[in-house]
Amino acid sequence: MEPMMTMMKGNEALGEAAIRAGCRFFFGYPITPQSELPAYMARRMPEVGGTFLQAESELAAVNMLLGAAATGVRAMTSSSSPGYSLKQEGISYMIGCQLPCVVVNIMRGGPGLGNIQPSQSDYFQIVKGGGHGDYRMIALAPSTVQELVDLTILAFDLADAYRNPVAIVGDGLLGQTMEPVSFPPVQVHEEEKDWALTGADNRPKRVITSLELNPENLEAHNRVLQAKFAAMEERETRWEEYRCEDAELVVVAYGTSARIARAAVDVARNMGMRVGLYRPITLWPFPAQGLSRLADRGVRRFLDVEMSAGQMVEDVKLAVLGRARVDFYGRLGGMVPTPREILIQIQEVMGGEA
Amino acid sequence: MKRIAGMPQAMSPVVTHYCPGCSHGVLHRIIAELIDELDLRGRTVGVASVGCSVLAYNYFETDFVQAPHGRAPAVATGVKRARPNLFVFTYQGDGDMAAIGTAEIIHAAARGERITAIMYNNTIYGMTGGQMSPTTLMGAVTATTPYGRKEENGQPYRMAELLAQMPGAAYVARTHVADVANIVKTKQFIRKAFEAQLNGLGFSMVEVLGNCPTNWGMTPVEANRYVLTDMLSYFPVGEFKDVMKEALAGVHP
Repeated sequence: MEPMMTMMKGNEALGEAAIRAGCRFFFGYPITPQSELPAYMARRMPEVGGTFLQAESELAAVNMLLGAAATGVRAMTSSSSPGYSLKQEGISYMIGCQLPCVVVNIMRGGPGLGNIQPSQSDYFQIVKGGGHGDYRMIALAPSTVQELVDLTILAFDLADAYRNPVAIVGDGLLGQTMEPVSFPPVQVHEEEKDWALTGADNRPKRVITSLELNPENLEAHNRVLQAKFAAMEERETRWEEYRCEDAELVVVAYGTSARIARAAVDVARNMGMRVGLYRPITLWPFPAQGLSRLADRGVRRFLDVEMSAGQMVEDVKLAVLGRARVDFYGRLGGMVPTPREILIQIQEVMGGEA
Repeated sequence: MKRIAGMPQAMSPVVTHYCPGCSHGVLHRIIAELIDELDLRGRTVGVASVGCSVLAYNYFETDFVQAPHGRAPAVATGVKRARPNLFVFTYQGDGDMAAIGTAEIIHAAARGERITAIMYNNTIYGMTGGQMSPTTLMGAVTATTPYGRKEENGQPYRMAELLAQMPGAAYVARTHVADVANIVKTKQFIRKAFEAQLNGLGFSMVEVLGNCPTNWGMTPVEANRYVLTDMLSYFPVGEFKDVMKEALAGVHP
């Protein structure tokens, strides 16, 4: 039987997906535009025997997550840009400690307190580090509510598989959008976690720490982490190509921007322009290989569209490595581009080549 | 043959990194003995903080997790909420708990988290080289108060009394380990704090006045004398909250 479709807001669908994926511990703190998620968890967790806890700050929430994750349970926290900044401490520690968990950032306009409108200006923070130390984390960027559900379920599996935090990257628009979704049946793999803190009952004690005072040992630990990151790059890179087969121009965009760009691409196609869309689903690992292949195949122009001043565009340029021209179009501070704006950009880029 | 002395099972048979004369070792042993006596070793998770006691996880034969600076009560909250059958304690210094971790400790107490926080108060940041902490006494010379702590640095505050006001606190006490009688008393107080958690009564905390001969620039004997004189005159020992005692006395807060 097909799973039933229901209408849900992105933030709430995310929460339901996490619960279906076996998440029973959620540590939240109010911040717009993600507040529906903690509210949903506060209502739903008691129904499934889970725990919702409203922390005194994002710092406390992410450290509660660290504690819960250390015991081997599936746990999550969520925030929006200013709050996500505060979570960096815990993320760095959890990566150092090799603890699996899921961290959500429903991005809003910045810098500083900015505003509560949708934005994509935390790309650098999420993809390039954010916290201290040499680290990486898988960052999943859905562009529809259904994909938000599917990637949330995937996030918990990836976190466990690599013992590393996984980020779900959305923006205020995705979080607030109401769409029909279905929840696929989920098989939660509850494997024995032989590192989890459960009490040293008839076994040697277990210690979870990111401290290693001996630099030789800390380098060795970093090598282990780097090998994991390399494995993630090898296996977990995800993207979608839309109408790219014969494209002369490829628009590159993720999340909400990609959704809008897709509409612009369709119109451009109707107008006879050979335009495609390349949509990174994992922001890290960044799907450079697909872009590289398109550049090799003869795509001569890329147009990167973001709700930022141009962050992912740096990775697009690195992937293309001078084989094609890369243009950029961005809206800032919570402004969302319209399909028409993107279409104009497409026309300019295409026309500029003629 | 009756065993009358020995190493607690909950204590790892290793040499600690603590300086000669430091009273962290005494406090570690008290906690380890209690873990043995209350038969908690198989269900204990300790939360190490940042500071000299960051390596506490090397010295206890129990599961341990290391928390970012000041966040031990939040980490302990996560552990305890995820697995309520575990016995969870934090081991923090005065810099960790009374400065950077103020929000986390106050809210853990306010929520009545079933955890026990042990604060080793030696009025100084030991690991980083002896800087002023929130509990440094007025006039005390430290690395960051070379002319002595002055009004502009604010005055030391009393963490145990502060936490005792929290509605979720079940047991809060201050004690010291600078002489034998009070080492024995410290063990009694920490036992009560552990039992408060085990009985599900709420949050418990024991502030233990300890020394820091190295950063105070004193011999261990001088350092303990400083605890017994200067520190005790500002930080009174005693029990500030004990819901068991209140219940027996018919007090309804």
